Amino acid sequence: MSLDFRARVDDRGLDVEFAIAPGETVALLGPNGAGKSSVLSLVAGLLHPDSGQVVLNGRTLVSTSDGTDLPPHRRHVALLAQQPLLFPHLTLRENVAFGPRSLGRPRGESRNQADLWLARVGVADLAARKPAEVSGGQGQRAALARALAVDPQLLLLDEPLAALDVAVAPDLRHTLRQLLADRTALLVTHDVLDALLLADRVLVLDHGRIVEHGPTREVLSHPRSPYTAQLAGLNLLSGTWQDDHVVLPDGTTVHGLVAGPPPSSGEPVVATFRPHAVAIYPDQVAGSPRNSFDVQITEIEPLGDLFRVRTERLSADVTAQAVVDLGLAAQMPVRFSVKATEVAIYGL
Amino acid sequence: MGRDRGVSLPRWVFVPAVIGATFVVLPLIAIITKVDWSHFGDLITSDSSRAALWLSLRTSAASTVLCVAIGVPMALVLARTSFPGQRLLRSLVLLPLVLPPVVGGLALLYTFGRRGLLGHVLEVMNIQIAFSTIAVVMAQTFVALPFLVVSLEGSLRTAGHRYEVVAATLGASPSTVFRRITLPLVMPGLLAGAVLSFARALGEFGATITFAGSLQGVTRTLPLEIYLQREEDPNAAVALSLVLVVVAVLVIGLARPERARL
Amino acid sequence: MLASRFRNAILTALAAVVVAASLAGCGSDKSKSARTTTLTVYAASSLTGTFTELGSKFEAAHAGVKVSFSFGGSSDLVTQIEQGAPADVFASADAGNMDKLTAEHLDGRTPKNFASNTLEIVTPPDNPAHISSFADLAKKGVDLVICAAEVPCGSAAQAVASNAGINLAPVSEEESVKDVLAKVTSGEADAGLVYVTDVKAAGATVKGITFPEASTAVNTYPITTVKGSKNLTLATEFVELVLSSTGQTVLADAGFAQP
Repeated sequence: MSLDFRARVDDRGLDVEFAIAPGETVALLGPNGAGKSSVLSLVAGLLHPDSGQVVLNGRTLVSTSDGTDLPPHRRHVALLAQQPLLFPHLTLRENVAFGPRSLGRPRGESRNQADLWLARVGVADLAARKPAEVSGGQGQRAALARALAVDPQLLLLDEPLAALDVAVAPDLRHTLRQLLADRTALLVTHDVLDALLLADRVLVLDHGRIVEHGPTREVLSHPRSPYTAQLAGLNLLSGTWQDDHVVLPDGTTVHGLVAGPPPSSGEPVVATFRPHAVAIYPDQVAGSPRNSFDVQITEIEPLGDLFRVRTERLSADVTAQAVVDLGLAAQMPVRFSVKATEVAIYGL
Repeated sequence: MGRDRGVSLPRWVFVPAVIGATFVVLPLIAIITKVDWSHFGDLITSDSSRAALWLSLRTSAASTVLCVAIGVPMALVLARTSFPGQRLLRSLVLLPLVLPPVVGGLALLYTFGRRGLLGHVLEVMNIQIAFSTIAVVMAQTFVALPFLVVSLEGSLRTAGHRYEVVAATLGASPSTVFRRITLPLVMPGLLAGAVLSFARALGEFGATITFAGSLQGVTRTLPLEIYLQREEDPNAAVALSLVLVVVAVLVIGLARPERARL
Repeated sequence: MLASRFRNAILTALAAVVVAASLAGCGSDKSKSARTTTLTVYAASSLTGTFTELGSKFEAAHAGVKVSFSFGGSSDLVTQIEQGAPADVFASADAGNMDKLTAEHLDGRTPKNFASNTLEIVTPPDNPAHISSFADLAKKGVDLVICAAEVPCGSAAQAVASNAGINLAPVSEEESVKDVLAKVTSGEADAGLVYVTDVKAAGATVKGITFPEASTAVNTYPITTVKGSKNLTLATEFVELVLSSTGQTVLADAGFAQP
């Protein structure tokens, strides 16, 4: 199940080439208008390239050289969008069974298949409901079940968590993470967490070109494009879960709020917090809050009306006043502190 | 339980609104007051009245079916495709909405009549359309079709094609998508359009009298019968008018809750 | 019914506009004779050509008088007069409709017959069904169009047929003689039954075939002044003009027969 993609769309200024290995999930990052959706449309068969070819699993989906152009329903490519787009006149079960039915499976088998997938995404009890009678998160789960029920050779995910409440997104992300484990998938996202937790590899798209690519962590820890740098501004710390806190490899402990299902002790986790949430103190300050990190400033750069104070691993956004008052400068040792309520912890 | 107040309307709006409602309702009341109730039963059950009512219901039902059969594909093409000249085509298709029905009847006559555009072909095939019930159905379809197309095209555009895209990526062929997704989604619009078409066909007069003629049981529909009775027996005409109004109200009333629910 | 009401309303409104316009004209134009009087004549639509001509003659003979016409189906005109339309003179296409006007509207006068009309067969100019007699109309395969029995030309057609012992099977029974004529001129029908005057007015667009059986149903046109006329003298003079030799000549030229 591999994808080879090469396409040019002139009036959208898009010229992109990449491949996805079997079982791999690739995240497509990039600012609005970069061409992410166009890439999905080209794969799904909703947009025709001016030149190029898309080959899935040895099957040519579209090729401008030999004129092949499979219609969307023959591509075996399922799409999960930002909105669930569940068919409003069908129950969740009928929605999920729609794909298998369309592929010619018998009615009973399709229903069983639907119930199985609804159970896998955790909404088995809502099978008889209409989409209008379930919440956004439940709807998106059913939509995921519907996409997977056709056993697609490639799953396209178009910002699948972007429209969800922050309270339910982590749970669904967790479910997605489990179900995407050995699937070939292409994920369009704005969210670095999605990329980090769901994708093996990222492609960064800007102005219709791929500007960066590589394993997710590598790209995010050494951002080369301004977009990636901004995206990577989110502080990420990997560690293991111990009782009620995260233990980093250097022994530092981090307290925070667990997003999604609670991890068990010894399980790998990441702790994340925004640079905004960081307060900077002079090195030798008494009475530390629960989360504090002794760091050395590597760089200070203006960021809008704030300044971003970078260290080797972490970033903090502070006001100009704070920079002056504290006399912040490169090479200076300081202490970063973050309230536990500002830290989100995700099980991996 | 609280009532949804929404944003208040300017008060002056109610004056023309009430005048308008009165303008529509008062003539209906006037008809009811004119009905000769003691003979109402006899008037509407006479042979000619029953023949006209039955013919009207049959032809209107047939033309509604015809409108659906050709109007749905037309609306689909107009709403879901784009091609050069589409705007012009839409205007032309909707022309019968603004055309006087008599002109529509003349146009049909010049097309399907004996000396019309297709007259010779039809004659060779030994098909005579004028003066037949088929001609009535054609005249009604001609004037009623735009109602269905407009109503359905609006629904199709409102529904958008995002659901159709999803259905296609799930492996559904275009026909499956149409049958299981598009059609159910626009059903309220289709129903509304069909009801409007039926009501328009039921009231059709000008195109029918011009194109189909007038013969009891064959081409003389209820509006033609009313127009004819008015000459000799105004009481019968009034009674039949009331029947026509009641049938129209019933049809619209029956279809209305369906629209509101969906 | 609604349609006819609406039409009546429009006709009445039009009549009102005509009256208003003529009144306004008399107010503004003082150089002419002192006053303009308008005489309103309601006449059956088959009289359109002849009465318009007679109206001009009447105006020429009566300075300051304008004749305003309202032509329509006789039964429509009766309804309008009953609803209070300002008619001075009423000319009907048949006795039946004239009889509908109750004494209340008739000014105590007896209507006078001024013309008569008989039926004639009309066919397209090439006469595709080769009609030559009244009996031919009943031949198989002839698309015959006549008036519905509810209107005068239809009842006349029924009378002729039953007198002749011939069973007509029309493909359509139209609401007016004009509709019958239209079906024939458009070539849809092989033959129709209309009045002699209609054939004459239609000229070369149709072929007329007279037939002896027509004399068994003669349609007589009565005329009268209407009660409540504000111009009774003028109205009476107009009726006299129609009955005079001048009037009769104009009518005869159009194909009407003596009553």
